[in-house]
Amino acid sequence: MMQEGRATGPREVISVRGLWAGYDGEIVLQDVNLLVQEGDFVGLIGPNGGGKTTFLKVLLGLHPPLRGEVRILGMGVKEGRRYVGYVPQVAEFDREFPIQVWDVVRMGRLGHRRLLRRFTREDDEVVAELLREVGMWEHRDRPFGELSGGQRQRVYIARALAQEPKILFLDEPLASVDPEMRTNIYDLLQRLNERITILMVTHDLGAISSYVKTVGCLNRRLIYHASKEITAEMLEEGYACPVDLIAHGLPHRVFAPHGEEGR
Amino acid sequence: MMEALQYEFMRNALLAGFLVSIACGVIGALVVVNRIVFISGGIAHAAYGGIGLGYYFGFNPVWGAVAFSIASALGMGAVQRRTRQRADTLIGVMWAVGMALGIVLLDLTPGYKADLMSYLFGSILTVPREELLLMLGLDLAIVAVVALFYKEFLAISFDEAFAEVENVPVEALWMALLCLIALTVVVMMRVVGLILVIALLTIPAAIAGQFARDLKRMMALGSGLGVLFTTLGLWASYAFNLTSGATIILVAAAGFAVATALRRVLSR
Repeated sequence: MMQEGRATGPREVISVRGLWAGYDGEIVLQDVNLLVQEGDFVGLIGPNGGGKTTFLKVLLGLHPPLRGEVRILGMGVKEGRRYVGYVPQVAEFDREFPIQVWDVVRMGRLGHRRLLRRFTREDDEVVAELLREVGMWEHRDRPFGELSGGQRQRVYIARALAQEPKILFLDEPLASVDPEMRTNIYDLLQRLNERITILMVTHDLGAISSYVKTVGCLNRRLIYHASKEITAEMLEEGYACPVDLIAHGLPHRVFAPHGEEGR
Repeated sequence: MMEALQYEFMRNALLAGFLVSIACGVIGALVVVNRIVFISGGIAHAAYGGIGLGYYFGFNPVWGAVAFSIASALGMGAVQRRTRQRADTLIGVMWAVGMALGIVLLDLTPGYKADLMSYLFGSILTVPREELLLMLGLDLAIVAVVALFYKEFLAISFDEAFAEVENVPVEALWMALLCLIALTVVVMMRVVGLILVIALLTIPAAIAGQFARDLKRMMALGSGLGVLFTTLGLWASYAFNLTSGATIILVAAAGFAVATALRRVLSR
């Protein structure tokens, strides 16, 4: 597979073939196929319970697939996820947990410091730089539970970046973020996309229209054409995508150039 | 209190309280932030099965408690990690079976069982010197393991999925944590008794959690509070001739009430 990718220019960083997954006999993902090129910014939309979070979990090796194959940078998930930065939903967090912002971000260095190794000065430098990049440096000593949703999201992004990833996975990055902060976070993601491939699962259709490069719609099955257009097929799968899509009449852009100017 | 210090048993008791407090501060913090109080209670009570084994086969019941509480920690841990439903029911069953096994084995053991109650309700005043050494050894082991794997324990407690993605050996560390809880139970058994272990494991840590900014400080503050509560409780039990373990717990509970009220005032 990797060879095909190389032959035609940009390489595939994620490849999913014939993936089935579920819980206790209930199928959540059915024959999902996806090829993501390096440098892409993929937005996956779909209804609640459509399998978006399960899909991310399978890609990260947190949930075993029933069938099918997932490759990340040509490797199996447990190898490949070393190159993936993961940004979970901020809502799933215990506000009482005693931890400071700095220590949350430094957790992203765990993959670089195995058991019985201490964090190094290099780790601290990476953490400091990333806290500045996401605009959270002044908050480094604050308890994580005291932050607003948008601030926590930025800390999670910094933590994921501390992994020094080639790919970034984001699960509903704007679920509990106030509107003015949203633009801020999207601008950050767009800047990051200059060097990192991004796969984002979201409800936020506004974001889909103005920030991502390609769109997919996931509701058990995945409809994805590596383009930015929200196709009639996606809409016909109907129940698949939320109604506001039709109501607001998103500006349908023409196909985004595949692979973004061959990087 | 000062005149009490001339007795060796009183000095030993204070030392025992100190040793217990270290273990319960460090491990208690992990128990509280991970919300595994129930499973910890199960491990503590099941340890009684080991006491029964010790009496029945005629070896030191403390070693029986060590073996049995570690075995039940691993069993309960496996149940909690592997079964999707009703893990708490199964843990409750193992909790009760461990205790019942201990009681039956003691029934089957002939002769007078002098210090039996001390395992259940604690008797800090009769802790022998060699047991203090054992407690010290267990304490050192607990602190060493937590210190060596601190960054990983912090990670699995804060965000297990993220730790897994970073290829931290989540499962192994989780089991290790439960074994540390088992060892802590054994350290604490002589001071407050198996039945009240859970209170001393959670109360100082819960108070510390209200004030500490990070997990390390929560552990340190919890240990300090443990020393305060065991010392005050010991003094009160000496002064008013009360059961030491229960008195220590009541002092700790009073501390919890005061701290909670204080927190409310401070956050206003």
